[in-house]
Amino acid sequence: MVGVIVFPGSNCDHDCYHVIKHVFNMPVRFVWHKETGIGHDVKALILPGGFSHGDYLRSGALARFSPIIEAVRDFAAKGKPVLGICNGFQILLEAGLLPGAMLRNRNLKFICKNVYVRVENTDTPFTGRFSRSDVLKIPIAHAEGNYYADPPVLEDLKSRGGIVFRYCDKNGNVCQEANPNGSLDSIAGILNPEGNVLGMMPHPERCAEEVLGNEDGERLFRSLAEFVS
Amino acid sequence: MKATVYIQFKEGVLDPQGKAVNKGLHNLGFTAVKDVRIGKLVEVFLDDMPKEEAAALVGQMCEKLLANTVIEKYEYDIKS
Repeated sequence: MVGVIVFPGSNCDHDCYHVIKHVFNMPVRFVWHKETGIGHDVKALILPGGFSHGDYLRSGALARFSPIIEAVRDFAAKGKPVLGICNGFQILLEAGLLPGAMLRNRNLKFICKNVYVRVENTDTPFTGRFSRSDVLKIPIAHAEGNYYADPPVLEDLKSRGGIVFRYCDKNGNVCQEANPNGSLDSIAGILNPEGNVLGMMPHPERCAEEVLGNEDGERLFRSLAEFVS
Repeated sequence: MKATVYIQFKEGVLDPQGKAVNKGLHNLGFTAVKDVRIGKLVEVFLDDMPKEEAAALVGQMCEKLLANTVIEKYEYDIKS
């Protein structure tokens, strides 16, 4: 069973639910932010994209006080997989489950388009089915995706393989032109030190089925499905 | 009583909004402007209590919610 957490203002919860249930035929249920526990049958959690609490104060700043967050913390502390997508990533950052913070995109605009990311670490529950340096075409849709961390945090991320995805061009070259939002070191997704919590700004749930014309995100869910079964 | 909290980005953190406003001011002819950084002002209206107690509480509010201390710094003043 996969749990998809729903905050007031989450809007990508249904897409995540749909991919897990209809593309991967796995049991999935919504978990409302006011619940205080996560059932023992839940093997993985997804914090989906959206505008939880209207992005008030800072994106993800208020969601981290929802009752469910303590249960998410316990779940993560037990080593179970937690995937934060876009606003979900922002919530994990604000909750301290991942290091660093998000700033406004460098060009100030809400960017909604396909970008390319390179897979940097395949030793995670979410990327086992990829090969190092695989290039994925995957959409982003955000105004605060400019990842920032202090130098010691960045060094730690680099040294432990904590950077899982980097923005790149279609040939897999990481460069400023291919960085849509100014994110430090072109970081698009990171992993916690324990290796079970992944936050990523792009939306794999929007490119996981043939009918949408882009299945590059499919292997992420396949990796997760295999990890939990 | 009222606490006024001033939240700003730490030095070295990029402020794209500030840069955009800087450019806007230049376009308006204010060429003497060297840089602009934009912060937030939050007013917290509190029950009456000794000032030190209020200050301690507001400090906690800043650390826990009002400021993201990874990227922001804060100052506050308290008025009865």
